[in-house]
Amino acid sequence: MIMSKHILKLYVTGNTPRSERAIANLQRICEQELKGRYTMKVINILECPQLAEDEKIIATPTLIKELPPPIRRIIGDLSNTEKVLIGLDLLTISNDEREGETKNEHSHA
Amino acid sequence: MNTRTHDVSVEKLKTGIPGFDFLSNGGLPKGRTTLVAGTSGSAKTILAAQFLAEGVIHSNESGVFVTFEESPSDIRKNMMGLGWDIPQWEAEGKWAFVDASPSVGYESVEVGSFDLGALISRIEHAVKKVGATRVSMDSLGAIFTQLTTSSIVRSELFRISVVLKGMSVTSVMTVERTQEYGEISRYGVEEFVADNVLILRNALEEEKRRRTMEILKFRGTHHQKGEFPFSVVPNEGIIVIPLSAIELRHKSSPLRITSGSSELDKMCGGGFFRDSIILVSGATGCGKTLITTEFIAGGAQEGEKCLLFAFEESREQLFRNATGWGYNFEKMENDGKLRVVCAYPEISSLEEHLIRMKDVISKFKPNRVAIDSLSALERISTIKGFREFVIDLTSFIKHQELAGLFTATTPTLTGGTSVTETHISTITDSIILLRYVEMCGEMRRGIMVLKMRGSAHDKEIREITIDNTGMHIGKPFTDVRGILAGNPVQVSQ
Repeated sequence: MIMSKHILKLYVTGNTPRSERAIANLQRICEQELKGRYTMKVINILECPQLAEDEKIIATPTLIKELPPPIRRIIGDLSNTEKVLIGLDLLTISNDEREGETKNEHSHA
Repeated sequence: MNTRTHDVSVEKLKTGIPGFDFLSNGGLPKGRTTLVAGTSGSAKTILAAQFLAEGVIHSNESGVFVTFEESPSDIRKNMMGLGWDIPQWEAEGKWAFVDASPSVGYESVEVGSFDLGALISRIEHAVKKVGATRVSMDSLGAIFTQLTTSSIVRSELFRISVVLKGMSVTSVMTVERTQEYGEISRYGVEEFVADNVLILRNALEEEKRRRTMEILKFRGTHHQKGEFPFSVVPNEGIIVIPLSAIELRHKSSPLRITSGSSELDKMCGGGFFRDSIILVSGATGCGKTLITTEFIAGGAQEGEKCLLFAFEESREQLFRNATGWGYNFEKMENDGKLRVVCAYPEISSLEEHLIRMKDVISKFKPNRVAIDSLSALERISTIKGFREFVIDLTSFIKHQELAGLFTATTPTLTGGTSVTETHISTITDSIILLRYVEMCGEMRRGIMVLKMRGSAHDKEIREITIDNTGMHIGKPFTDVRGILAGNPVQVSQ
């Protein structure tokens, strides 16, 4: 878990306030939770629609966690940190035997 | 001046879907989105694909198919059976898919607000790539299960229709309904994409499935009202049968043709009219098939092409009957003067029969058509469906300007009328009644020309006899009354 590197791709459509919000939220969460253990790429669908076609993306913003497996998609402006962490498998919902308690502290920082 | 006319009338895009352009008075509103709502199995996907396919085939227009439910490979496969080679069109740059079908292999969650910007730009991209003027989206229900925040999806669908309008693209969006009659769609999509609504139904009436199409509204433009039956035909797709929209426009010819019996010609005032519809009604065994046979033989003798649809007897039986009366059907067929199409009514739905019959008529181009018997088709349909069938077929035959002779079997031996007669009698030009007449412990046969539009005719009920040279019309039953009522009484003179 600690050594694995996260590869994250965030698909947005243009520089809308929603796109900006999603980018900022993701950057903040990554810096807090995955400092030095992630690569994050922002893809503007307006510039390369074919990429969205290949990935079959419908909604924006869409965050795809490509690594570590399993692949996950999070749709929206990522405004709820706790839900994002759950979606990225960085936080299990509750009473998980290993890390449930420690991670919870960060979630509403 | 020009802009003014644009304001008052919405331009239509001819879809090419058979029959649809008629009931929509010219096609789908151009540059707009039409919502197509239907229950499961109501042929929504076929309509969506056909809208694009007809564009590619007939007007060299490209299309984009946005699929939310089935995968593109399933659609390619399924539509092959309707004769549409989508992979070929994709290769030619006339068709593009936008695959928005649900993927397996990952989970997705929603966190915060989102829009369908990705989908919109993919559609725009595909439209530009193939230069599309038509877009189909099928079916919206699936996107509501992929994305759970329905309010966002609804308003984004509206945005899609606005974007498509901006690109001058004409589009259809399909959406599920839960019942045939009731709210327009699930998820209340119609409140957002509401200018044009088309409803497809696949209703069960008296244990028979009946497909119909109804244009609920076309904002700012005219269309035919009510439900119109349609059928899905292999290698062709949807064919709409534009019933009550039929115009009474056919010409009337003063030319007379022979009925095949000089005696009957005399009763009719000199034969049938060339483009008239003749109904021959009678109980079983009283000579309807014989009159049909003579009608055909009379035509063939004059060098006309004749087409016979038989729904009661097999080919062998018909040919044997004809031989028994002295007519050689086989020779007529070999000479290319005759075509006999035999089918049991039950082999397909009435709509399918209708489409096939029209198809045969258009291809064979006969001068005469006989149907023996029309009433045999009553039993595979509802009364309403049958009436629509008769009206459509009659109108079609009249438009081809050919003579049609239909037979109808009455349910009782003496007197009586059949459902067929009730529905058809006002649209036929001539009605000939064949009736059994019970006299002195003997069954005799009577013939009468009840109606002969535009001509004088014999008003008497005459006796007919049948032998190995066909039908012979004899003297009137002058001393009997009550034959038509089925209750003949001998009148002493």
